[in-house]
Amino acid sequence: MEPIYTHISHQFNAELEDIRSRVLQMGGLVEQQIGQAINALVTGDVALAQAVATEDYKVNKMEVTIDEECSQIIARRQPAASDLRLVVAVIKTITDLERIGDEAEKIARMAQRLAGEERPKNNYIEIQALGNHVRQMVHDALDAWARLDIEAALRVAREDKQVDNEYVGIMRQMITYMMEDPRTISRTLDVIWTARALERIGDHARNMCEYVIYLVKGKDVRHTSIEQIEKEVLGYKSK
Amino acid sequence: MMTNLSPVVDATSKIQVRNLNFYYGKYLALKNINLDIATNKVTAFIGPSGCGKSTLLRTFNRMYDLYPGQHATGEILLDGVNALAPKTDLFKLRARVGMVFQKPTPFPMSIYENIAFGVRLYEKLGKSAMDDRVEWALQQAALWNEVKDKLKQSGMSLSGGQQQRLCIARAIAVKPEVVLLDEPASALDPISTLKIEELIYELKKHYTIAIVTHNMQQAARVSDYTAFMYLGEMVEFGDTNTIFTNPSKKQTEDYITGRYG
Repeated sequence: MEPIYTHISHQFNAELEDIRSRVLQMGGLVEQQIGQAINALVTGDVALAQAVATEDYKVNKMEVTIDEECSQIIARRQPAASDLRLVVAVIKTITDLERIGDEAEKIARMAQRLAGEERPKNNYIEIQALGNHVRQMVHDALDAWARLDIEAALRVAREDKQVDNEYVGIMRQMITYMMEDPRTISRTLDVIWTARALERIGDHARNMCEYVIYLVKGKDVRHTSIEQIEKEVLGYKSK
Repeated sequence: MMTNLSPVVDATSKIQVRNLNFYYGKYLALKNINLDIATNKVTAFIGPSGCGKSTLLRTFNRMYDLYPGQHATGEILLDGVNALAPKTDLFKLRARVGMVFQKPTPFPMSIYENIAFGVRLYEKLGKSAMDDRVEWALQQAALWNEVKDKLKQSGMSLSGGQQQRLCIARAIAVKPEVVLLDEPASALDPISTLKIEELIYELKKHYTIAIVTHNMQQAARVSDYTAFMYLGEMVEFGDTNTIFTNPSKKQTEDYITGRYG
């Protein structure tokens, strides 16, 4: 896709480029937060978990700053067509990124609690797997954002179903643990909350991909099945 | 209505307007205006027709002196010196404070002469120095590339947008410190308008700019500070981001949102 910004006003160009790169910056920070939160949980690193929890304010601050910049662009530039879609997509994307940040913070708090508990033999391998999966989704969603690549966006959106399946699998497993030994219930619940937070991150990554499609194609594909999106956006159905 | 506005401009001010009143004969057109125009920034004046924004702009270089029966009281300090003082050299004042009008007003002469004419009034330049000055002014006005091969052609042969940039080049050619723009783009198509706006953005690096515009969006796009005027009074003056996202006066809000009856 060719660059969409070549306005007569260089300043306008610069402002649009700026919000775009800030979204990616914020995304980078959020990605790092997810990674470290999972890492802290898996390794039982309390200090790292603490750091993730306290760093969340940075994500929040970026959301506020970018929002402010977007409303100034709307007030001063009256963006139209693809410019308008960019601003709208930015505003929506950063809301999801901020929520992802909150989920990472939640996981970090869980990690702090779980660090004091007995560690399971499998070393939370299922959480590790799900965590890596959703982190990759967020990474790929940001990548699709940066390149305005709708095919990549669709690929990420499709992943969300698998994440949901993995989540159901973890739930089932945790239920058996709790039935086997009721003393593990409180610890297992924390693992379930963590899995839940990761599953939510997957949903947010999918939302971000929907905004990429909206931005590029001008089509609102929220609340639409993947198959329907593929038909509308690509004009064909993938295997 | 509040007339004593607290100064919001933190940059150094090029022009300070103090207790300015302006009369067309007995009619009071500007009522106790106080504001600062920041150096190397763009200050926009918006407001409905007849609110006094053009009148205010014309006081800055005493354009009104050309008309009998018009006079101003108060002070307009240009770098701290009162431009309204009777002993002010108007010739020099207008070299320091240039002006561009709503309708492009090229002189009926070549593009080159349009620029050189004003320069000759103030400076004696040799042929090559004058050539340099003409090129420099046209470059600054983002017109050079379009006219460099036809400098001998009449200025009237240019399009409206080019004519207006020629007028801006002419104003800049005498190296003013302040450029006053009175509706510089209202007679132009949208693309020429954007070119003028981009030019304004470039020009503020070297000049202090005051612009009157009926087009609020234009004020929002080009200015650093915005003043909203109504019925000869300064209603609100502040940085443009604030005025267009969160004005403090209801009148300002009504005007910029198109609710003003």
